[in-house]
Amino acid sequence: MPKTSGPRVGLFVTCLVDLMRPSVGFAAVKLLEQAGCRVEVPSQTCCGQPAYNSGDRANARSIAEQMIRTFSGFDYVVAPSGSCAGMIRVHYPELFADDPNWLPKARALAAKTWELTSFLVDVLGVTTVNAEYQGIATYHDACSGLRELGISTQPRRLLASVKGLELVEMTDADTCCGFGGTFAVKYGQISNAIVAQKTRRAVETGASMLLAGDLGCLMNMAGKLSREGHAIAVRHVAEVLAGTTEAPPIGAPKPAEHRS
Amino acid sequence: MVAPVTSPSFKANASQALANAQLQSVLSGMREGFAARRREAAGQLPEFEALRDSARDIKHHTLAHLDLYLERYVDTVTASGGQVHFARDAAEARAIITSLCQSLDAKTVTKGKSMIAEEIGLNDHLEQAGIVPVETDLGEYIIQLRHEMPSHIIGPALHLSAKQIEADFRRVHTDLPRDRDLSQPATLLAEARQVLRQRFLAADVGITGANFLIAETGTSVIVTNEGNGDLTQTLPKAHIVLASIEKVVPTLEDCAQLLRVLARSATGQEISVYTTFSTGPRRPDDVDGPGAYHVVLLDNGRSAMLGTSFRDVLSCIRCGACMNHCPIYESIGGHAYGWVYPGPIGAVLTPSLIGVDKAAHLPNASTFCGRCEEVCPVRIPLPKLMRHWREREFERHLTPAATRSGLAFWAFFAKRPRLYRLVTRAAMGMLAYAGRARGRFRRLPFAGGWTEYRDLPAPEGATFQARWRGERGGRA
Repeated sequence: MPKTSGPRVGLFVTCLVDLMRPSVGFAAVKLLEQAGCRVEVPSQTCCGQPAYNSGDRANARSIAEQMIRTFSGFDYVVAPSGSCAGMIRVHYPELFADDPNWLPKARALAAKTWELTSFLVDVLGVTTVNAEYQGIATYHDACSGLRELGISTQPRRLLASVKGLELVEMTDADTCCGFGGTFAVKYGQISNAIVAQKTRRAVETGASMLLAGDLGCLMNMAGKLSREGHAIAVRHVAEVLAGTTEAPPIGAPKPAEHRS
Repeated sequence: MVAPVTSPSFKANASQALANAQLQSVLSGMREGFAARRREAAGQLPEFEALRDSARDIKHHTLAHLDLYLERYVDTVTASGGQVHFARDAAEARAIITSLCQSLDAKTVTKGKSMIAEEIGLNDHLEQAGIVPVETDLGEYIIQLRHEMPSHIIGPALHLSAKQIEADFRRVHTDLPRDRDLSQPATLLAEARQVLRQRFLAADVGITGANFLIAETGTSVIVTNEGNGDLTQTLPKAHIVLASIEKVVPTLEDCAQLLRVLARSATGQEISVYTTFSTGPRRPDDVDGPGAYHVVLLDNGRSAMLGTSFRDVLSCIRCGACMNHCPIYESIGGHAYGWVYPGPIGAVLTPSLIGVDKAAHLPNASTFCGRCEEVCPVRIPLPKLMRHWREREFERHLTPAATRSGLAFWAFFAKRPRLYRLVTRAAMGMLAYAGRARGRFRRLPFAGGWTEYRDLPAPEGATFQARWRGERGGRA
């Protein structure tokens, strides 16, 4: 681990990245370390959003308390997800609004929690990355990051510095992909109609790669694209920014020689 | 009885809507239009965001002092020669209106567009009392011919194509020449005008809704684009205004502020074609106007929302922007919601009005994408209110058992990080092995809700936490 005097960052890798796509976590670590941060990964599970959005306030609170205890000692907490960072930044203070004991702690954690690209650009002042991708990419604005945290220009600004990458905007890049957490399963048929709009828009651009900053949305769009038979590679924006695109795209098979 | 409810079968309704090719074609046409027009209208007004703050503040202030402004409103209406009737629920409102109509010996009643009339199922009730209600808003007129509910709060017949409307007109207007041309929207409109003109002249009573009720002056305000509301309320012997209690605003100036955000948010117009202010019955020197002026103020559960976390729902000025920007509404249209108010505002209002047990699906059928809140002219925190309803459902065990047990299972591990790491490491390892050939699953036990429509990407293998501990060692 590089020894630097930079800020001590607790990486909240998010449950989906932890379980489904560790590459995104390592890409985030690489980007943060390149920017001079000391990155640590405390033992963690989830931000509690599934419980919170299902109306299960009790479980959401106890998971949030666990998060606060785990991450309160860091200078910053960074997550490669606008949705999970938004949960901490916007919703933890709401969750503890009537609790004078926990509210200050929730607010303190909220104030130092950032989504990855926003942290790099808005806090650390990063303007360029050292990465290369030859081809056309398009970027989907995941809803929570866009509307709760104002993330829109930050990832695009960093993508503009990726050598060889041409960003072609899709129509309605800022409309929902139909994921919505448990919504995608509970109302699968409606979710399907919405994601079909999104994949149509992505395909229209002629891009060879679809990017976003939230793994839930990415899995939804990747799953639909592959079901429809489209060959667009789907990746988390951090993978491209870190130049770590060794792992096959989301939902794509590993090359035969690498299968274990 | 209020309007019939099919909200409990929301999923089946949605499924039908998705399979309805005609509806899907109408919805995809609307998808672009409303949002683009609102964006343009808002963009042309530099103070639009500040006006939204002001609109929100006016509504919050009014709701915090609703009792005082209602009293003031009653006083000013009375002073101008009108009469205010309070109705606690739909049945009372219907009874008041019916007896007013009967006291005026009314045979025909013309109606301007009113969501409250839909909410209380007024037309059916009037018909049962032998009074003929005639909707005069073009969209409402069309859905009345079809015995349907509005599918959108400002575009009641938005779910229909011109062809369907032509067929309805040919079916109903049998006294008109068969070979007439109805191929254009303009010819449909002209025919409706022609038919309705006679109805306006024959009507004994005109019933309108109200976009605003002004406490300062006792004035009711309607916002229309067809002028039908003006004829409805001016020509007959009596004008009955039917509105819910939260339509009151303190002053004319407050009303003007709200009007500036209303049409821009709704249709992208700077202001609607007609904005009509009416105060009391015809005075001796007036050239026209109704002989009597009545206001029926409906509560129907709204006062119980004051002082609760659902109070902000009452800020709504019924512009429809939330549904115009909702990916769910755009996919399934308004009827699938199963009652009078569709879209995000319906998802938070309907549970209050018909019971959260019946409307349980509505606040759940949202991705929380937040676009509704982003465009709401009075900044109602719609996703937050939907979440509040989900919390009520969870507390009352209305949440489906499968969801509850799934959540409990997941939360058990999420609260035990060490166990979670072990279990997820093993599970992801197995899942990755199973999915190694294709990198995704086309079918997976317990994931049918997902894999019926799209593939499930397979996990990479070891979890991040396991790999991190392996690579960086030590404390993880």
